[in-house]
Amino acid sequence: MSRKQLARVVLGMTFMIILVGAAAALATTEQAAAVPAAANSSLPWWAWPAILFVVTFVLGIVAVLGGVGGGVLFVPIIGGFFPFHLDFVRGAGLLVALAGALAAGPGLLKKGMADLRLALPVALIASSCAIVGAMIGLALPTKVVQTALGATILGIVAIMLMAKKSEYPEVKQADNLSTSLRISGIYHEVSTGQDINWKIHRTPQGLATFILIGVMAGMFGLGAGWANVPVLNLMMGAPLKVSVATSKFLLSITDTSAAWIYINNGAVLPMMVVPSIIGIMLGSIVGVRILTRTKPAAIRYMVIGLLSFAGLRALLKGLEIWN
Amino acid sequence: MVKKYQATEEQLAYAGILDIGMKIGMLALIITFFIYVFGIFTPHIPVGDLPKYWSMPVKEYLKATDIHPGWTWLGHLGKGDFLNFLGIAFLSGVTMICYISIIPIFFRKKDTVYGFLAIIEVLVLVLAASGILRGGGH
Repeated sequence: MSRKQLARVVLGMTFMIILVGAAAALATTEQAAAVPAAANSSLPWWAWPAILFVVTFVLGIVAVLGGVGGGVLFVPIIGGFFPFHLDFVRGAGLLVALAGALAAGPGLLKKGMADLRLALPVALIASSCAIVGAMIGLALPTKVVQTALGATILGIVAIMLMAKKSEYPEVKQADNLSTSLRISGIYHEVSTGQDINWKIHRTPQGLATFILIGVMAGMFGLGAGWANVPVLNLMMGAPLKVSVATSKFLLSITDTSAAWIYINNGAVLPMMVVPSIIGIMLGSIVGVRILTRTKPAAIRYMVIGLLSFAGLRALLKGLEIWN
Repeated sequence: MVKKYQATEEQLAYAGILDIGMKIGMLALIITFFIYVFGIFTPHIPVGDLPKYWSMPVKEYLKATDIHPGWTWLGHLGKGDFLNFLGIAFLSGVTMICYISIIPIFFRKKDTVYGFLAIIEVLVLVLAASGILRGGGH
């Protein structure tokens, strides 16, 4: 990690610690006269946002090293082990995933890795359905959402274990829809120095799959990279790098529409959202820097283990077996 | 097949606005949180009371705190907690601005289908942001 980047991370962490510490000091008198702490926690109020910041910082590192989005780790882990209600966790999860996607978007678009022509039709379907998903999620009883979330997370683990990736999928012939929409391109592969020609197929099936992905993204507040990438890469035949980059960019649109539903329904708490966003973004910066010095396979299995545990916890919490 | 050795005009325009918007949004998020945490503006919910509410379902929380959802926070920007929604809403609105900026480029290039796709996306995002759509109760 360069000195400049290290300084940036240290500065950010110091800033957050000062903020939370100062707030704690300022609130001490007020708190003494008012409410003690959460009914189910003996910790002072400021401890949870501080722990949240530290945990999201670690999640930011783990997410980059494990090749997953921050949102997919955030919701089950924070929802399972923190005192915050799942409604607020999902709202924060969407904003965390959104902030990460917004930050990555400009670079991916400028380099031509994320493809706007591929993203636009997909985004329209996914973002419309994310609205529906968010409304369903906020209308359903918490236990149902919690149980479904647990099952979904365990499903994601299965996808991570089983789904293969194809660097350059073979697309013999582009389908009619993608041809008429002119979804194709060339990107420069820096590692080999080659210009990679790509086109896609099975566009109608792919677009239909994004109906489900959008609903799930909105309903559970998860980023949807875990589903976007296999569909773009394996089903539609986009090269892996284009799929990953376009998926990340897509999240900035899908999560925007769902985030508005959570904001307008009051399911966003700034005291949760801001430490989470800053924590995960700082963690991502550190993660990117140490990526070259780690063994991705080992980290990936650690992420799978973490997600399995969090998914099981969500499932059992929803079924009222492990509260 | 369209050859694209580099990002297209609309893609670069989108990226440029997204870059600036994201930075402004993040800055607003940090500044308003600073104001909130340091108690420069008194919040609607005292920070020490937050643990009473953050474990409640959102409907109960709104009722207990007498907060009206939707855009009502705009009328309470003098309160530290509501002020944070400026940054949150800005970050959530950047995508809309990006889309609006590329619509004229598509039509100038006679790429009518994508021009209309972008218009429909803006309408979808405006609908989501409008506050018309509410998520029922549980």
